[in-house]
Amino acid sequence: MIERLLKPETRQTLGYHPLLLGGVALLVSLTIGVADRLTRADIAQRQLEDLQATLQQVVPASYYDNALVRDTVTVGNGDRSVRVYRARRGGQVRAVCYQVTAPGYGNTAMVLIIGVDRDGVLLGARVISHAETPGLGDKIELRKSDWILGFNGRSLGDPPPAGWAVKKDGGIFDQFTGATITPRAVVKAVRGGLDFFAAHRAVLLDEPSTLSPADGAVGMRGVGP
Amino acid sequence: MNDYRGIFADGLWHNNVVLAQMLALCPLMAVTTTATNGLGMGLATTGVLLAANVVIAGLRRWITQEVRIPVFVLLIAALVTLADMAINAWLHELYKVLGLFIPLIVVNCAVLGRAESFASRQPVRAAAVDGLAMGLGYTLALIVIGGCRELLGSATLFAGASLLLGQRFAFLETTLIHDYQGFLLMLLPPGGFLVLGFLLAGKRVLEQRRRRVERTASAPGPMSSPAN
Repeated sequence: MIERLLKPETRQTLGYHPLLLGGVALLVSLTIGVADRLTRADIAQRQLEDLQATLQQVVPASYYDNALVRDTVTVGNGDRSVRVYRARRGGQVRAVCYQVTAPGYGNTAMVLIIGVDRDGVLLGARVISHAETPGLGDKIELRKSDWILGFNGRSLGDPPPAGWAVKKDGGIFDQFTGATITPRAVVKAVRGGLDFFAAHRAVLLDEPSTLSPADGAVGMRGVGP
Repeated sequence: MNDYRGIFADGLWHNNVVLAQMLALCPLMAVTTTATNGLGMGLATTGVLLAANVVIAGLRRWITQEVRIPVFVLLIAALVTLADMAINAWLHELYKVLGLFIPLIVVNCAVLGRAESFASRQPVRAAAVDGLAMGLGYTLALIVIGGCRELLGSATLFAGASLLLGQRFAFLETTLIHDYQGFLLMLLPPGGFLVLGFLLAGKRVLEQRRRRVERTASAPGPMSSPAN
């Protein structure tokens, strides 16, 4: 069979080319399928660990004793939905964290994750992806500059609404030399995140008397066989 | 043996992917803001080049002229996808540094170029050596260009090397000037073109000088005997 396929005459026939292309495509798809099965669980686990590491940066460990990455609630915000991770301690939600986005320089999406405690005070904010100019706008990354830490402890009332802007616009947050648009976008994104918290506070904190049933469920699982 | 030396000389210098063939410039411009990035991208590309060359050389007797390009593209894309998944799953720290660049290897025309001009006509072992040599040549070019841009742009060298290679390689990370204000142009794409231009010019100058030396050596004066 293989000998026949290798003969130059066979390779000139019309049917050989589709057969070859189809055979290679089939082989390639099979290999990728197998590789996908082999790696899927590991990749999901790694992504979960990454997420956990990010969440830990914006919510201090003292705020929770639950599996942060698994305790989520999805809340609609305008035309898109936001997945919120809840940090509970003793069953009570102590803080929440979620992604916020804002258009950065050149309208490329900038994604941040922020942690907010029960009282709407910002625990921390981190930029997790952006396409800002290296060396100029990338000071929003913690490894380049500690500028982003300036948001810690802020809330909607502190500074008052007029202060939620970069200094150039009359606010209290520093801009960088040569880059105003990037910090402006971050300020706007964080502010938007806090607005989101204020608008959905009860849902995010799991407030409306769902505390006892949740505790009950945990208790029952403990007692069950 | 000599033949393999020739292949290595080609890959590293005479027929270097970047400096002679001027291929794969798109990933090059995107990645070479630091020497470390260049190294990572170079190593990933080397792996794919090696694997693609071996597979294509192994299948070369079955692949016909008419459909060779789609077959090559399929095989290369599959190898890159496999590399992407494997690195994501099992070398995740590396993936966090390189993740963005791995899919870029698919559009690296150097891989297709080697498949077409070398691997599809040569035995597997020679193709493997060629893949390795071309990959190392590409890595070298990436490191040099990345290093120049990093030095001029942010006055560091191999910043973040420990993230890519592990803590043992932290000694590579050097900061030459503290509180350097930065030279943004070098970090932006024009910097890549500038450095590449100077490197190409430098290579030409070196080669010209060598040719001149060879010419004077091969055209001996009337007194010396040609038998020597």
